[in-house]
Amino acid sequence: MLLLIQYTLIFASVLLLVALGGCISEHSGIINLGLEGIMVVGALGGALVMRSLATTSALVMVLVAMLAAILSGMLYSSLLGVASIHFKADQTLVGTAMNLLATAAATVLVKAINTAANPDDHSSEIEYVAARKMFIVNINGFEFNWFMLVAIFAVVIVYFVLYKNRFGLRLMACGEHPQAAASVGINVYKMRWSGVLISGALGGLGGLCYILAGVSIWKFENGVAGFGFLALAVMIFGQWKPTRIAVAALLFGLFRALSNTYTGFPFLVSLNLPGNVYNMMPYIVCLIVLAFTSKASRAPKAEGIPYDKGSR
Amino acid sequence: MRKILKRPGVQAFIASVICILLGLLIGYIVLLFINPKGASESIINVIKNFFTWKKPAKQLSQFGNTLSKTMPLILCSLSILFAYKVGLFNIGAAGQYIAGACASLYAALAWGWSWLPCMLFAMVAASLLGAITGFLKAYCNVNEVISGIMLNWIALYTSNTLLSNVKEVASPYTLYLDKVNPSALLPTLGLDGLFNGNDKVTLAVPLAIVVAVLIAVILSKTRFGYELKATGNNKNAAKYAGMAENRNIILTLMISGALAGLGASMLYQTGYMRWECTQSSVPGMGFNGIAAAFLGGLSPIGAIFSSFFIQHITDGGQYVNTNFYSSQISDVISSVIIYLCGFVLFIKLTMNRILSRKGAE
Repeated sequence: MLLLIQYTLIFASVLLLVALGGCISEHSGIINLGLEGIMVVGALGGALVMRSLATTSALVMVLVAMLAAILSGMLYSSLLGVASIHFKADQTLVGTAMNLLATAAATVLVKAINTAANPDDHSSEIEYVAARKMFIVNINGFEFNWFMLVAIFAVVIVYFVLYKNRFGLRLMACGEHPQAAASVGINVYKMRWSGVLISGALGGLGGLCYILAGVSIWKFENGVAGFGFLALAVMIFGQWKPTRIAVAALLFGLFRALSNTYTGFPFLVSLNLPGNVYNMMPYIVCLIVLAFTSKASRAPKAEGIPYDKGSR
Repeated sequence: MRKILKRPGVQAFIASVICILLGLLIGYIVLLFINPKGASESIINVIKNFFTWKKPAKQLSQFGNTLSKTMPLILCSLSILFAYKVGLFNIGAAGQYIAGACASLYAALAWGWSWLPCMLFAMVAASLLGAITGFLKAYCNVNEVISGIMLNWIALYTSNTLLSNVKEVASPYTLYLDKVNPSALLPTLGLDGLFNGNDKVTLAVPLAIVVAVLIAVILSKTRFGYELKATGNNKNAAKYAGMAENRNIILTLMISGALAGLGASMLYQTGYMRWECTQSSVPGMGFNGIAAAFLGGLSPIGAIFSSFFIQHITDGGQYVNTNFYSSQISDVISSVIIYLCGFVLFIKLTMNRILSRKGAE
């Protein structure tokens, strides 16, 4: 039971961070389908730091790895920014390309690094056993991960930024009606860039959190198994509102956690379902939930439409 | 000269070539960055693919391999572009492809069906999966990209479970099709003779090209195709004009799914590949279809050539010097190409601007 709560909380943290990123980007008017790829790149940045940084101080390790994940996520998200803000590219296409590129590039890069260190090593894996321990505080068998705290902070901050702050209200105006926002002197390009970069930072953090969730070795060939898209589903279910997103993330986190821990529940084992059913569970729940919640969608009105100064 | 350059087809071609060249250049830079010594040789091998081999006979049979893998890719890119013309981004093609693979293999291995029923069954299964996405889009307003991705994973795990019934005891792979049920293999029609006896070159080759032409005709010459495109351009206007817009959305995704399913049957029923029942990632074919569709300028005929190119460099990836590099460099190149396809609109605008400026002088 403790294990289920632990996994639920950590997976919910991942989904929460990434979904909040998607939320901010969409409020600025850019659909960020590349979150999956941003997660991979963030995870890569964090993992490289965790492997190469030799420090015994947990605080330094946690901060530097998180910073690396944030920076690499932001850097990667600028690919989306350039294409969709300045070149009016199809945001769906660019996001998809970014997802494919992230996994391929991460694989090539990690293999190259591994092979350079040891000519016989052609794996795409990075190990971070010691570093992972620094992220975790063991409380009576419950593995508290610092990311859980980060996720809670993130909700609070995003809530205040979006609703209680001039910047956030302007950002949302650009997602609803950019031309109207521009007419009162708001720089739409700047706002959309901030939206994309913040989503890159949160996506990168989420990626690092994901690879720290249950394992201490990550194979970059596998990407992040659709978690970026699950996060987008969490965002839609949460109706683009930070507090509701938090609740949604907990629900989805629970189902994802079940696939890791169902063997610990005699009741579930006695059902004798194949393990694949539990693997499918988050995706099935997601579809059902979306089917019932998408009708009354509160999506930002102008999301996905390239900003054209001249149109009205 | 200016007249030729103003034609949309020519512009699309130029834009695609620019994307390819930039993609290859970036791939080369990545190789240089990793290790400057073997970079030139490796990137040339990626481009040469089967020409890397010295013997002409070996070249021919390797050419046959690339060709037989191009056919499913053509079908996947047709699937993507057909839906895209109707305003739907069918990223679920990857899952529909899985459904097709699962259906055709299961029917062939468990029930002993012959090739044609297996193929049709694959199309039916895949189109049903497409129908789910379509239904959710039409009646519940669920974004087709999100539901498509979710269904990709559901299809993957379902297929892993189902196909475990027809797998080898000692390995995670399904049984050999040519040993258990040769009647399910696609007929070669004597095409293997042209490729040094490579029996993976089958009926799929002419069939894929016929289907591409058929899709081109449906989209541009029939009332049905026009209705679908009208629905894609403006759902409400289509409804106002008396078209059944919800039916059109579902139908589009069913056709799109059937195409992807047919593609899967074209690969798995050659016996070229077996399904691995412990797979934990969605096969890349459906995603590469996106690359091929956009690189081909979203034209069904263009898709034939762009699919061949994408498959050509994907296969070429295995000829890089693996002491330094990994074969995934081709995936990097093709994903960079997809990214650059996002700029095609900009490239065309720039071309037109230059042309009209010259015209004014």
